[in-house]
Amino acid sequence: MSASTAPVVRRRSPAGGLLRWESLLVVALAGLVVLGNALSPFFLTAGNFANLLSALMEVAIMALPMTLVIIAGEIDLSVESMAGLASSLLGFLWMNGVPLWLAIPLVLLVGALGGLLNGLLIARGGLPSLVVTLGTLALFRGMALIVLGPDGVSDFPTAFTAFGFGSVPGTLIPWPFVVFVAMAIVLAIVLHRTWIGRQVYAIGQNSGAARYSGVRVARVKISLFVLSGLVSALAGIILTARLNTARADAGTGLTLTVVTIVLLGGVNIFGGSGTIPGVVLAVLVIAVMQNALRLASVTVQVQAIALGLLLILSVVIPTSAHQAKSAFDRARAGRPPPAGSVGQGERSSPTKEEEQG
Amino acid sequence: MPDPVVAMPNATRGRGSWLSAVARQRELSLLAIMFVLGGMVSIAAPQFLTSSNLSQVAVQASIIAVAAVGEALVILTRNVDLSVEATIGLVAYAVARLLELKAVSPIEAMVIGVALGLVLGLVNGAVITLFKVPSIVATLGTLSIFRGIDYLVAGSHQVPVAGLPGNFTSASSGSFLGLPIFVVIAFVIVLVGSALMRSTRFGRQLYAVGSNPEAAAVLGIRSRLVVFTAFALCGMLAGVAGVMWVIEYGTINGTAATGVVLSVVAAVVVGGVNIFGGSGSLAGAAIGALFLGFIANALILVGLSQFWLQAIYGLVILGAVSADALILRRVQQATIEQRAR
Repeated sequence: MSASTAPVVRRRSPAGGLLRWESLLVVALAGLVVLGNALSPFFLTAGNFANLLSALMEVAIMALPMTLVIIAGEIDLSVESMAGLASSLLGFLWMNGVPLWLAIPLVLLVGALGGLLNGLLIARGGLPSLVVTLGTLALFRGMALIVLGPDGVSDFPTAFTAFGFGSVPGTLIPWPFVVFVAMAIVLAIVLHRTWIGRQVYAIGQNSGAARYSGVRVARVKISLFVLSGLVSALAGIILTARLNTARADAGTGLTLTVVTIVLLGGVNIFGGSGTIPGVVLAVLVIAVMQNALRLASVTVQVQAIALGLLLILSVVIPTSAHQAKSAFDRARAGRPPPAGSVGQGERSSPTKEEEQG
Repeated sequence: MPDPVVAMPNATRGRGSWLSAVARQRELSLLAIMFVLGGMVSIAAPQFLTSSNLSQVAVQASIIAVAAVGEALVILTRNVDLSVEATIGLVAYAVARLLELKAVSPIEAMVIGVALGLVLGLVNGAVITLFKVPSIVATLGTLSIFRGIDYLVAGSHQVPVAGLPGNFTSASSGSFLGLPIFVVIAFVIVLVGSALMRSTRFGRQLYAVGSNPEAAAVLGIRSRLVVFTAFALCGMLAGVAGVMWVIEYGTINGTAATGVVLSVVAAVVVGGVNIFGGSGSLAGAAIGALFLGFIANALILVGLSQFWLQAIYGLVILGAVSADALILRRVQQATIEQRAR
């Protein structure tokens, strides 16, 4: 990405413009690859890389629309349940004799409709996305359970399952990775090179100002949630194909990984900044980290600790770096701190009473 | 989002009057709905109105209610704590395991459990206020970290009921003044909490920080300290809920209380606590928990499969938050009309 693409929307670089967040991610990625190589001689083989990528593709695919949703200042916690609903619905339709060429578009349609429900409640109803998508997180999972119950469906045709864990003929590149790359390129162009992307950033930075500048805020937000629902359903279909099983509890707990990838990719949780290339790098970092941990025989459950720490650090590091930098700048310029930079109410002449309280 | 606490008193007359009454009496309207529904359910399923069924509903709801009171404190400050279920789970496993190893007495185990909850709450508070991490990110992270520690410590081990002292697990069936002891505990926590919120400086500061952070700062309220304290208390109450969890369910492994955060946040939202902070009551959160437990029980008794529960919970959350927004909008409109007159 050249510097001219998104002039005002880049994350404030932590160390005086020398280091961008994406550069830090590249360094982290290189460090992890060296570490993984030290852990196992199989780490740097093409087969291992194909494995580590395909294990993360559903999450990576869901992270792309989530990037846009978070840049627009909202969040979608319901993605994992939509993936589960898609898996469950696909299994139910297939079990009842609906051919896949019809079942898959139907499932995708349900995904888009679920996203539309989120979008309408949030953008037209003015409700907080955190609560709405927490509600649909339960609702979609509940619908998945109602549709399929506790059973699994697993007699899918080989052509379908090959899409899940097969690779492009003659290479080791998994099919889901091709889907991810194609989608990343399209969304990167839309976000960084078109007026649509600029509207998304504008909404995230100042939704009121965007509206007065003629951006149809509600319409853009609804479209983003529809995209998120649609892509989550696609991820559910890919998950079903890869595991050759449709289950109502498919995808449970994936939202955490999706949000971690997006924030690690340098997207601001409050909206207004972030890039697709950053998120793609974060996907690679997480894939390599999970693979290295697995090679070190750390169980999947315990890997959650690393993921949680990473999520918190991805916010702490840039914030602290920025604070340290502005403190340094102030010290060098010999100026007193600007009024707004100090936590208000702490330094603003507290009386004795409040000191005690 | 304007503060409904400020907006409502102006709307006592006019079009918004009955709506504002409903909005202010969320606790009473929930209880009224429960009475009406309860009457209908008891016709369809007579076993609903038996004292054993009702007390079981109340006992299990009290666990969620205690956690919901803590969550309400946090949500009142415009934050959210998604890690409560991991705190409950980790505390429950720690208490059960210590008792199984006969390392401590039941009383000591309870104290350790509550203290562990407090420590986990302090961790959340520190990450959020010292490092300025938004609470949703921080607690999504600690949700995963605390649960990971739980798995790490527990492994595939499961503490069976038989591993716990007999008088420990029978405590949930004990009663005090004819009420199940858990209900009394939840009631006391709500009562003490409400008194603190009403009559102490901390309580008023909590509402001030949640309803208008800038104004609170101008008044000299140390908002970071208030938020920190709210998270610490939330962790401590989750610790209490974790101890109650062991007493009620007995068999504990590393996955205890998975998914409970949904019930806790749902209880708070249904109980009328504004998700944008600044308004709502602790009693509302506790009654919200009772309401959800009641709905779940009623649905199962009228023959709905438990697979429906999660979908119904989702609908209840969406319904409650939509109702809040609708009422608020009507009340504001009525206020504007009234002022124009």
